[in-house]
Amino acid sequence: MTTPALPLLKISGIEKHFGGLAALSDVSLHIQAGEIYGLIGPNGAGKTTLFNILTGLYQADGGNFIFDNIEYNGHNQPHHLAKAGIARTFQNIRLFANMSILENVMVGCHVHTHSGIWGALTRHKKARAEEQHIAQRATELLDYVGITRAPHKLAKNLSYGEQRRLEIARALATNPKLLALDEPAAGMNATETESLKSLLQTIRKNGVTVLLIEHDVKLVMGLCDRIAVLDYGKKIAEGVPSEVRNNPAVIAAYLGGEVTV
Amino acid sequence: MLAIILLALPFAIDDLFGRGWVRILDFALLYIMLALGLNIVVGYAGLLDLGYVAFFAVGAYCYALLGSPQFGIHLPFWIVLPLGALLACLFGVLLGAPTLRLRGDYLAIVTLGFGEIIRIFLNNLNAPINITNGPQGISMIDSIHLGGFSLGRTQEIFGIPFPAVHLHYYLFLIFTLLVIFASLRLQDSRIGRAWAAIREDEIAAAAMGINTRNIKLLAFAMGATFGGLAGGLFAGFQGFVSPESFGLTESIMILCMVVLGGMGNIGGVVLGGILLVVIPELTRHVAGTAQQAIFGKTLIDPESLRMLMFGLALILIMLWRPAGLWPSSQRRRELSAPDTPPHV
Repeated sequence: MTTPALPLLKISGIEKHFGGLAALSDVSLHIQAGEIYGLIGPNGAGKTTLFNILTGLYQADGGNFIFDNIEYNGHNQPHHLAKAGIARTFQNIRLFANMSILENVMVGCHVHTHSGIWGALTRHKKARAEEQHIAQRATELLDYVGITRAPHKLAKNLSYGEQRRLEIARALATNPKLLALDEPAAGMNATETESLKSLLQTIRKNGVTVLLIEHDVKLVMGLCDRIAVLDYGKKIAEGVPSEVRNNPAVIAAYLGGEVTV
Repeated sequence: MLAIILLALPFAIDDLFGRGWVRILDFALLYIMLALGLNIVVGYAGLLDLGYVAFFAVGAYCYALLGSPQFGIHLPFWIVLPLGALLACLFGVLLGAPTLRLRGDYLAIVTLGFGEIIRIFLNNLNAPINITNGPQGISMIDSIHLGGFSLGRTQEIFGIPFPAVHLHYYLFLIFTLLVIFASLRLQDSRIGRAWAAIREDEIAAAAMGINTRNIKLLAFAMGATFGGLAGGLFAGFQGFVSPESFGLTESIMILCMVVLGGMGNIGGVVLGGILLVVIPELTRHVAGTAQQAIFGKTLIDPESLRMLMFGLALILIMLWRPAGLWPSSQRRRELSAPDTPPHV
């Protein structure tokens, strides 16, 4: 007897209102472990709002989501969700600008390490070992995402594309099961986008599920296993790229016009 | 080399400038401790605290109440001092907790209020039960005793007479070095990185799994502990505490030391502490004598001119070096780091 694998993330009927505006209404979707799942839609469709709910920065007004067999609704602390295994990047890059490149990634290791004040003051054997482990892991991750610059430079001095990669490295340092990327290719040129694509494929191959918000249609269509389309806070389509591409509701949402569904 | 200078300093200053300046030196050390404590809150974690002197007051009054004729309690130094630091730590958490959702200007206003609340409490807790003796303050506080060794009077060590101010200097120096050591280690640790992350971007820090509430409270608690420590030493040194010593001006002064020296950088904060104790004293000496020399008479009250010069010095320093006299090592490292990545 085989039971169908439980999805890694199952979102059910999520609602979010800002005043009278329904940013998300009754959004449901599920993501299987190992997928690259795309989330697209016109500006203001509610994609980032959904991200903020998944990472505990906003609380949903209704509905819930089940991540890794644990149900979340109402009051979720961001650090609990990070610990549970959801890591994210931000649409407007939010690095720790005045910390070094390496330290940015080291902060990502915070959630799975334990040294406190006592460890910091005495630097006992365990604390030293942990610190060394953090530094080593961070260095490896910089290498993994392809940042070759001096790790002691300040993060704010990196180029735009490198900053986006650094955000991914920082998110990976939390050992996520689900990596949520908010427009990682925004502002990148064609070469950078291409290498981002291969990076995301490597990340997936290494066992991390990817949830991707992206406007670059070519990238999304070429990379994602499945795609959901949001428009005005509602899910208007879901499926494999070829289905979504030919869905009249999606074409209408992007190009305008009336369709009767 | 530095050790010899630090050891010989009180004697050199005593010989060159007089005993009064050794006392100023002692105060400089106390202020360095305070500034380093505030640096954890403001410099490391980026939480603007305008009521920091409250923790100094808590430490000082803890020492004063448990080591003076006020209640007839005379607990030994090595019990009272840690107790004061612990109590200050507790107040740090207590006053920090309601401010967790605030940032920047709003946080500054609330902490300013808390600082004033503590001072006003100390001022008014003389009725119905007299606890703090109100505005008169508490006097005849026990001098610092280590075992049977009193720091309150001149002691002969190897035949050399050590006056009380010298002895306090050495004690304060030890504590200052401890605080510097702790600051250095905290800065370069998992906790220190979490503080910096919150300072840089609180939302990103939370999304990276940092429990921002606990980490902020930890910053308040650590900063307050250092403040309480300095407070206890202050009470034992001065022999007298009153609410007047713990006003808003003191908080501002300590903040100035941190900002002017170089926020987040320990060397800078130490420098700021020394300068902001020494400059007002220098101007006190110069304000009167310079007028006498130039005009042959005193035109402006030296006391007001002194503060005017002090303010001017602050403005000039901040214009000349907006990041502080000695900015944080991060920025220095940034300027000198080689472009090739070192192999790890």
